[in-house]
Amino acid sequence: MSAPSGITMATLTKDIRLEWRSKDAINSMLFFALLVVVVFSFSFDPVAEESRHIAGGLVWIAFLFAAVVALNQTWAREIRNQVLDAYRISPAPANALFLAKAVGNFIFVALLEALMTPLFIMFYKLRALGPAWQLLPVAVLGTWAIVVNGTFFAAMSLRTRSREIMLPLLLFPITIPALLSMVEATTTILVGDPSTSAKFWMVLLATYDVVFTTGCLALFETVLHAE
Amino acid sequence: MKKAFPILGLLTAALLSFALYEALVVAPREQTMGDVQRIFYYHVPSAWTAFLLFAINFLASVQYLVRPRPQADKIANWIVIALGALTSIGAYVVRPLPQNMYPSSVVTTGVAIVGLYFLIKKYFSEQETDILALTTAEVGVVFCTVVLVTGPLWARPVWGIWWTWDVRLTSTLVLWLIYVSYLMLRRFSTSGQTPVLAAALAVFGALDVPLVYFSIWFFRTQHPQPVIGGGGSIDPRMLHVLLINWLAFLCFAFLVCWSRYRLEQLQREVEETQALEALLEPRSTVR
Repeated sequence: MSAPSGITMATLTKDIRLEWRSKDAINSMLFFALLVVVVFSFSFDPVAEESRHIAGGLVWIAFLFAAVVALNQTWAREIRNQVLDAYRISPAPANALFLAKAVGNFIFVALLEALMTPLFIMFYKLRALGPAWQLLPVAVLGTWAIVVNGTFFAAMSLRTRSREIMLPLLLFPITIPALLSMVEATTTILVGDPSTSAKFWMVLLATYDVVFTTGCLALFETVLHAE
Repeated sequence: MKKAFPILGLLTAALLSFALYEALVVAPREQTMGDVQRIFYYHVPSAWTAFLLFAINFLASVQYLVRPRPQADKIANWIVIALGALTSIGAYVVRPLPQNMYPSSVVTTGVAIVGLYFLIKKYFSEQETDILALTTAEVGVVFCTVVLVTGPLWARPVWGIWWTWDVRLTSTLVLWLIYVSYLMLRRFSTSGQTPVLAAALAVFGALDVPLVYFSIWFFRTQHPQPVIGGGGSIDPRMLHVLLINWLAFLCFAFLVCWSRYRLEQLQREVEETQALEALLEPRSTVR
């Protein structure tokens, strides 16, 4: 195992172990997403036909808001005991750390999605009329889009007053094209209109992922060392 | 500075009043829309000015990030040149071009961006590129706000609605949101290295712009909406007035940017001096 991937693995296992023992992020995320599901169900009548058109937006808004909860804790956890300063002075490459954090967040948010999806299906009587397997790549690409930028902006908002509010303020405007793609792709698949296809949105989402993963990796070191 | 500023101020005032006269009196009355159409002479120049300022903000931010790293600086130079060349070639090769884009305008934009990048590189120091980025973002948000306010004012009588989620309206709104978050980051940051964070955000915002445009473009072509009648030719007299107004707005934007730039420069000088004095103070008391 080469050095950078070793650091990535070590940080990732540490984060997962911490989460496994405390369950801070996943519990608050789950409860938050559950609240969104319940509260939204009062704002419109969740009959099958109507919810099919709204569910795409609803699901992703719930996941985006819930992900912010986990993302806020990513770096805040490292401030205690000056762990982040130790990272800064260590010769370890910054990108290895970033990847570990991003992959860790991806796992947490993916877990949340796996747990929440059955609930959504149950509460909103969802049944995909299009090719349902396509929801999987949409979910993977969409989650990565949220998580990669979120991890980056969480590191950025660390140096601001009221950082918990700053993260969504930075993240949401930039995420708009990704969010639009996820919502549209999901709705297209759920509605299953044969004249439209989710392919364009998946390509756009993949482009977004590639562009911003590159951007994050290119700029993370600068941001980490900006103190 | 002391002499040039009032002279330019007077010139801008004269130009703005002349442009106002041209827009309200000289320009012909639009046949279907009537006098409401005259808001166009403020709306469009503001939009062009805002986009120009945002472009300068992006270029200055890139410069600020790469300047301390000679290798990254070199790579950035080549990327900028390659992008300029690609847009120039692409403008004549790619068909169809998105709505409201013409090969000549695309080439002009590409060449102007490359030119601006190297001008900023040549005439601004590292510290100054950051001040430039801050200034252009602030003034750009003001002009963008003017665009977003005058748009609905015009749309209400002409389209019958205040707002439609059309591609240009929506992407302008998203652009405005991104730059407001940029200014918020600058305001709320407690780091001593706010410029670095802000520059990184500006680069992210610029990467986002094409994605925003294409996503909304596709989104809206799927669901047709009552939108602006694209194409069509403009009366040459109207174009003339429009360009005079743009010139006036550019002068005005330049003037505002200049004074804001000087203000920020002086403020930083004062802060530096104060910090230096605070460092020197204890020693003088020891003596």
